[in-house]
Amino acid sequence: MKEFRDKQIIKALLRDIEEKISFLPQPVRVMEVCGTHTMTVHKYGLKTMLENAGLEMISGPGCPVCITPNEIHEAAISLVSKKRNVILATFGDMTRVPTRKGSLQTVIPAPGSKLKIIYSPQESLELAGLEPEKETVFFAVGFETTIPSIALTVKKAFEQNLANYSILPALWLIPAPLKSIVEAGEIKISGFLYPGHVSSIIGQKPYQFIAEEYGIPGAIAGFEPADILLGISSILDQIKEEKPRVHIEYRRAVRPSGNPIAVAQMDEVLERKDACWRGLGRIPKSGLKLRKKFSAFDAETKYQLKIEEGSGDLPGCRCGQVLRGLVSPPQCPLFSRKCNPDSPYGPCMVSFEGACLVYYKYSRQEHKR
Amino acid sequence: MCLGIPAKVIQINDSKEGKVDYLGTRVKTNFSLLENIKPGDWVIVHAGFAITKLDEEEARETLSMFREMAKLEQRQR
Repeated sequence: MKEFRDKQIIKALLRDIEEKISFLPQPVRVMEVCGTHTMTVHKYGLKTMLENAGLEMISGPGCPVCITPNEIHEAAISLVSKKRNVILATFGDMTRVPTRKGSLQTVIPAPGSKLKIIYSPQESLELAGLEPEKETVFFAVGFETTIPSIALTVKKAFEQNLANYSILPALWLIPAPLKSIVEAGEIKISGFLYPGHVSSIIGQKPYQFIAEEYGIPGAIAGFEPADILLGISSILDQIKEEKPRVHIEYRRAVRPSGNPIAVAQMDEVLERKDACWRGLGRIPKSGLKLRKKFSAFDAETKYQLKIEEGSGDLPGCRCGQVLRGLVSPPQCPLFSRKCNPDSPYGPCMVSFEGACLVYYKYSRQEHKR
Repeated sequence: MCLGIPAKVIQINDSKEGKVDYLGTRVKTNFSLLENIKPGDWVIVHAGFAITKLDEEEARETLSMFREMAKLEQRQR
C-alpha cells in the first residue's frame, strides 16, 4: 500500500497531470463525488498541488450522513425521546447531526429507551435478539456501499420473524443526484471522479448516461493519493480526446459489472422511490424503500412517523450548497466560527466524510480569513 | 465510511462468517456478499461486511506502472 503514497510516484503523476492540463482550456473542474475522496485530496495536500497545476477540485454530495435531510434525523430523535422502550441503533456520525430538536446525542431518551452506536448493521439485529421486550429500530443510512448489508440484515430479520425489529431507512443512490447537479447547470463540471466502493457494488454502467447524454468524462478511482491522481489523469485524457466515458482506474477492487450478489440482495429487499436530499431537493428514483414483502420492518409506517419534506433546514446553514458544489466550506460565514467540530451547526461539519470537517481538519490554515 | 484499506481474510466458516486482519487487528466479518473467498484473500470490508475481493494481479499491474512512471520522472531530472 505504501507505494500508492510514494513521493516519487505522486511527483511523476502530478507532472503528467500538469503537462496534460497545459494543453486544455482552463479552469478544468473535477468533482470528487465521494466524501472519502475529499478526505484524501485534502489530507495529502493534493488540493493545493492540483490547484497550482490549474485544476479545481470540488466536493460533491458523497456523504450519506450529510445528505440525509434534517426531517429524517428529527423523526429518529422523536422516536427515541417520545416512545418508551425503544433501542435506536445507528452509526456514530448520525448521532451528532444537529437539528431543531437537538441531536440524538443531546436528546433525553424516553423511559426504557436508549441510543446505541453500532459499527455493522448486523449488530442491530443482535440487539433486537438480546432485548426482545424492547423495540429495536435501526436508523439505516448509506449509499450502495452499505445498502446490500442493510438489505441482508432485513432479510435475516424476516427469516427469524423478528417482530420487535424495524429500520428507519435513509438509503441513497449515487448516480441520481449527479444528473441533478449537471442538469441544474449551476456549475460547469469538466469531469467526475466516481466513488471506488459504491462502484465496486454497482459497476460502471449506472454512470454511463453522464458520458453519453451529457458528454462529461469520468473515472472510478480508489482512495490512495496515487489512485486519485490516476483518475484525474484519465479524465484529462478523455477531455483532450473528446471521448467521454466511464473509465475504471481502481481495477484491483472494481469489476465492470460490480458485485452481482450485492446488487441482487438490494433488489430483493428494496425498491426505488423518489427521495428528498439535503440541498438537492426531490430527485426521482434516488432513494430506496422496503418492498411490500418486507414492509412490516419499516419504522416509518410502524410508528407512524411524520417526515415532512424540506421542513427541517436550519437557518443560515450552507451545507445544502456545499453538497451541490456551489459553496466551498470556508465561504460559509459560519465555518470555523459558529460551526466547528466541537460544536457543529450542520452535518457537513459532523461526518468525517463531510466537506466542512475535512476542510477544517486539513486545509484550514490555507483558508484563514 | 469508505476507507480503502485492504483486509486479509483469516478464517471463514460455512455460514460465510469469519475474521479478517485489518491493520493488525482481527475483525469479525460477514462474507455473504462474496463468492469463493478463502483465507489469505484480500478484501475491502465496509460496516462489517466484505464488499469486494481485491484482484492481486491488477494491483501488481497498477504498481508496476507507477514504478515505471517514477523511474521516468527521475531520469528526466
